[in-house]
Amino acid sequence: MSTKVMMSGNEAIARGVWEAGVHVAAAYPGTPSTEILENIGALYKDDIYCEWSCNEKVAFEVASGASIGGARAFCAFKHVGMNVATDPIFSMGYAGVNGGLVFVTADDPGCWSSQNEQDNRLYAPHAKIAMLEPSDSQECLDYVKAGYVLSERYDTPVMIRVTTRVCHSKSLVVTGERQDVEVRKYERNPSKFALLPAVALARHPIREKLLSDMEEYAYTCPFNIVEENEKTSVGVITSGISYQHSKEVFGSKASYLKLGLTYPLSKKLIKEFCERFETIYVIEENEPYLETQVRALGFTNVHGKDLIPICNELNAGILRRVLLNEEPGETYHVEANAPARPPTMCAGCPHRGFFFSLTKVSDRIAAAGDIGCYGLGTQAPFNGFGFSLCMGAGLSSLVGFSEALRRQGDDRKALGMVGDSTFFHSGLTSLIDIVASEANVIACILDNSITAMTGHQDNPGTARNLMGQPSPVIDIVALVRACGIDENHLRVVDPLDMKAMDAALNDGINASGPFVIITKRPCVLIKEVARANGRRHAIIDSEKCVGCKQCMKIACPAIAFKDGKSVIPDGSGCTGCGLCTQMCKFGAISIVEE
Amino acid sequence: MTKSILLIGVGGQGTILISKILSAGFAEMGYDVKMSEIHGMSQRGGSVTTMIRYGDDVYSPNFGEAEADVVISFEKSEAVRALPMLKAGGTLITDDYEIYSVPVLTGASTYPFDALDQLRKMVPNTIVIEAFRTAEKLGNSRCQNIVLLGKLVKTMRLDKTVDWRSLVASNVPERTVDINLRAYETGYNM
Repeated sequence: MSTKVMMSGNEAIARGVWEAGVHVAAAYPGTPSTEILENIGALYKDDIYCEWSCNEKVAFEVASGASIGGARAFCAFKHVGMNVATDPIFSMGYAGVNGGLVFVTADDPGCWSSQNEQDNRLYAPHAKIAMLEPSDSQECLDYVKAGYVLSERYDTPVMIRVTTRVCHSKSLVVTGERQDVEVRKYERNPSKFALLPAVALARHPIREKLLSDMEEYAYTCPFNIVEENEKTSVGVITSGISYQHSKEVFGSKASYLKLGLTYPLSKKLIKEFCERFETIYVIEENEPYLETQVRALGFTNVHGKDLIPICNELNAGILRRVLLNEEPGETYHVEANAPARPPTMCAGCPHRGFFFSLTKVSDRIAAAGDIGCYGLGTQAPFNGFGFSLCMGAGLSSLVGFSEALRRQGDDRKALGMVGDSTFFHSGLTSLIDIVASEANVIACILDNSITAMTGHQDNPGTARNLMGQPSPVIDIVALVRACGIDENHLRVVDPLDMKAMDAALNDGINASGPFVIITKRPCVLIKEVARANGRRHAIIDSEKCVGCKQCMKIACPAIAFKDGKSVIPDGSGCTGCGLCTQMCKFGAISIVEE
Repeated sequence: MTKSILLIGVGGQGTILISKILSAGFAEMGYDVKMSEIHGMSQRGGSVTTMIRYGDDVYSPNFGEAEADVVISFEKSEAVRALPMLKAGGTLITDDYEIYSVPVLTGASTYPFDALDQLRKMVPNTIVIEAFRTAEKLGNSRCQNIVLLGKLVKTMRLDKTVDWRSLVASNVPERTVDINLRAYETGYNM
């Protein structure tokens, strides 16, 4: 019996994976995709082998191996994660599949949690793989299931492209039951799967033929829907969440070509639709992916990016303004301004100690950052690093950066940082490059024993896996030593021990050659850590406090300043980490356990 | 006609839980419902919003300026932040609770202490309640969200066909059911 439940897009994708009878699922966490594998791990692990892989490329290779072996396989990542995974994705585009292979790219228009708003739809024609774009949670579930049928019928990996508003919006979903799918027999088939040059060249025309077969199918595909409304001169071509915004704006005053299968596109379908309307609006977020195809067919009665912004997320209000010249309605204004409330390091965050110590040597170092909670360290008052690019660049960029500094006579030391999960993701190869190139830099690994920013996923350092089982711990200190870093060039410190942290940074600045600092202190939000902290918190003796504001310099959200004194109010979230006690010369702050 | 609700607060205040309860209630009333959350970096003490839309057929899960029928703010200055989203004639329900952001603590920004007076003057349908303090007095400040839920249900007259008490009970951790039900009642009667 089917039931109707509120599900986020990510929950519905996970449900679809389970209902499709998938056997293997792998991912690396990244907003807005993370909850897909979290849900598979929490709800469906009895039926599906699932894992947090070290990075997206590894995840896609785990899934590819499962598919080649005959199992139905699934993989998920955020849009920039797909950049990491493209190498095997493009190969599987040529090779095709054995068991069905579906993966999700979760794009982030509006950069809610990302370093760019790249539009991964452009990858589908580039990699020559099929693409589906659901617009709500029900479609997430349905398209994933249909994706496996298409994958096996047309021998292709299928990419499901979703965006933040699809992933993190909830709507009502009719669910079904799990389909029992047998693992297909693995038979050695190097002329399909061993992509040596001759094999690849032979596979290419096969892929082209399959794509052309799929384009024919796209004409009748039930996910490409023409929604007719009477007496309309406006036709809207759209996909994904933009379909919902279009309906919100035009309602029954337009007809729609809602595309669910967006690669390959049916030229015939688009042509027949465009010919029937005076004006065509192509409504899509970010890149003019559909619009370019429509224009390539020779239509000139088309509006798209000439009116609709290419930057940032869309909503119905924006579309009303640019397409219908309708301004937003009346609202209220007050003189008061809301103060900036950027995300900040939590009270008790171990990164605070690292970044505060870094401020003391800010004139002797030039720093690079990376992706994770420690990215917050670039903000005032720490102003910790000057650039950050992508996972792993916090270490590898130092090799070139230090050389550039040297050539301009800048004697500041290049220092970079990655977290533990980022180190496992792509920091290890970066560190090896630093050692092999004998770069005169400080590589910091900020080990807080969890993949924190995305909401606490396990990684190879956490002793536990996605399926809730104990797993071997990869020892970061031993790995660093094995890369050739000797004891004179290695410091392992508690970042909340200010003296030790300061000393490690000074030693690193004074050393020559590759120097590694590993800060070890678990994230204060890890349940076990929070439990162990118990009721521990700091108190400030108002008699002793002279109001010098020295303790405010660590920018802890638990410390407030009232009536000329520092205070730690009840409910401040103080965890008693003790960093502020090391700031106070007057002994006014102490840690209590009550 | 689709109605739009905006919930705004600071990461960790429990905006998502009451969004979940509200959505379940609207679905029980037979409405189409969509709810949109933003996760990720904003969880780390940043400003967080959730949007809920319900009606016969709901398309977009999110909305833009001047489109909210109701804004529920968990924090005083966040009510100011959300104001451009409220449509003329809409209702603003806000806690008078203050949370100082790091720029306020370090002196880089100033906190609008007199925001409520201004809001009351400008927005005819402004309702201010002490949800945080009420929850604290009941014994758990984390029930602030459920106090606000009670007030919202009463204000919007949503309790004709839905048993919100049982929705609260089934959506909070078992050991906190009693205190959350008391929080709901208190909010409802405020």
